[in-house]
Amino acid sequence: MVAKLKGEYGSGIEPLTHLGQNYMVVDRSLIPEILQVLRNEEEFDYCVDITAVHYPKREKQFDVVWVLYSFPRNERIRVTTRIVDGESLPSSVPIWATANWLEREVFDMFGIKFDGHPDMKRILLPDGWKGHPLRKDYGILQQDNEWVQINLGIESGQ
Amino acid sequence: MTDPNTLSPLDLETPDKTFLDANELVINMGPQHPATHGVLRVILRLDGEKVLGLECVIGYLHRGVEKIAENRTYTMFNPYVDRMDYVAAVSNGLGYCEAVEKLLSVEAPPRAQYIRVILTELNRIASHQLWLGTHALDIGAITPLFYTFRDREEILKIFEKYCGARLTTHAFRIGGLQYEAYDGFERDVKNFVSFVKPKIDEYEELLTTNRIWLERTKGVGTISGKDAIALGVTGPVLRASGVKWDIRKALPYANYKNFEFDIPTGQNGDTYDRYLVRMVEMRQSLRIIEQAVTGIPEGPIMAKVPKVMKPPVGEIYHSIEAPKGELGYFIVSDGSTQPYRIRVRPPSFVNLQALDVMCRGQLVADVIAVIGTLDIVLGEVDR
Repeated sequence: MVAKLKGEYGSGIEPLTHLGQNYMVVDRSLIPEILQVLRNEEEFDYCVDITAVHYPKREKQFDVVWVLYSFPRNERIRVTTRIVDGESLPSSVPIWATANWLEREVFDMFGIKFDGHPDMKRILLPDGWKGHPLRKDYGILQQDNEWVQINLGIESGQ
Repeated sequence: MTDPNTLSPLDLETPDKTFLDANELVINMGPQHPATHGVLRVILRLDGEKVLGLECVIGYLHRGVEKIAENRTYTMFNPYVDRMDYVAAVSNGLGYCEAVEKLLSVEAPPRAQYIRVILTELNRIASHQLWLGTHALDIGAITPLFYTFRDREEILKIFEKYCGARLTTHAFRIGGLQYEAYDGFERDVKNFVSFVKPKIDEYEELLTTNRIWLERTKGVGTISGKDAIALGVTGPVLRASGVKWDIRKALPYANYKNFEFDIPTGQNGDTYDRYLVRMVEMRQSLRIIEQAVTGIPEGPIMAKVPKVMKPPVGEIYHSIEAPKGELGYFIVSDGSTQPYRIRVRPPSFVNLQALDVMCRGQLVADVIAVIGTLDIVLGEVDR
């Protein structure tokens, strides 16, 4: 399947295997098309998870990862793409309804925006919060003190 | 049934305008509400008693588990996973330990695998018992709560005897087990199986044909198999909608392929079917435990694992069938002693997303039934 995609899209797709698990690194520009093809033609009907990883030292700072599963094929695959800070991605809510909250969490934790998402806002942290905690430059003890003081009426949450 | 792909977010920015419309009412439920099983806030849009739509507000219990993971070693993070789904801590531990073991390319020895399966299945029964008691209580049946908590106590006693803790057990270690099964472990487990079998019949006697129970659960919170897949719903909720899928069978982990058990499914995808599915699951778990406890092999309980764990660079996704659905761990290793990133794919978080679809067109009182039937744990939703 990956070989077929590779034949069609050429160098934009890099199929990889680690510890027996298949995943592919896909060029940012191919993402909307590849996800659509995986859903409609390759029957990956269940979007297990969407998440991201921050690599501050790279030029393309973020890895965004889709974990997909196909009920008919009983197969799991991961799709990874690399984007620079501030770049947005197309929302996959029209493809998998479950992407809604998962994309919101990626936005909340990393600040990656998804275009066309029906309700792009924070999900776990309060709306007015500043910063995205799962970025590597966000300290483990760091918090939005201003928000805490205004909303909770205490000096610090620590 | 609304197509989940075309659902639009609720327009809650202009409550005044909404209130002017005599047919619509926006009310707030929670976050401090006894029937939301934790701190969950639900904003309901109502037409009289009918739910037009709802929005969940979550995050009140957010502790930043994934951030903590990046600042701990692999071993140090192990007890933290127990605190996500705290009523099924053993399952969380199993998923995490197996994921790291895969990353390290080690496998737990057979004896450890058997004890792991026994404890995990016991935990599945405990989780379902707690669900049944509280779910029935929400709907108005008070008695099952006392029955299920009485019997769940026996499981917690086994956990306590095994590792000293009852809830946040931290029962497993990366590479196997820390503790050998205590003297009389097998006897205790066998006694428990014969003790709890008639008790499950007892729960069923109370509810399965109870007219009030049927009225409150049949046809309530229906979700089709197609919608459930689109919304990423897993676990008993998915199976009750007629999709026969269980990770223990589909992508076997631990040593589940050694045991015989069936996957129960429902047909209607309503609250009643989800109840029946979980009742059968408890019995199937007992079947697995019976097979496992008679076949525990002798041998070591720990694989050879380095004291300082430095998994090779790479990433892995491993998931298990937790009592609530697919619990996945996505771990990225940079070759150091601390995980570069751990992402937990919590079943409750994804399942809760289906609440909106399941409640549309239902009555307000049914929202409580649907929250109960989804079997969410807010510790896992918010992490």
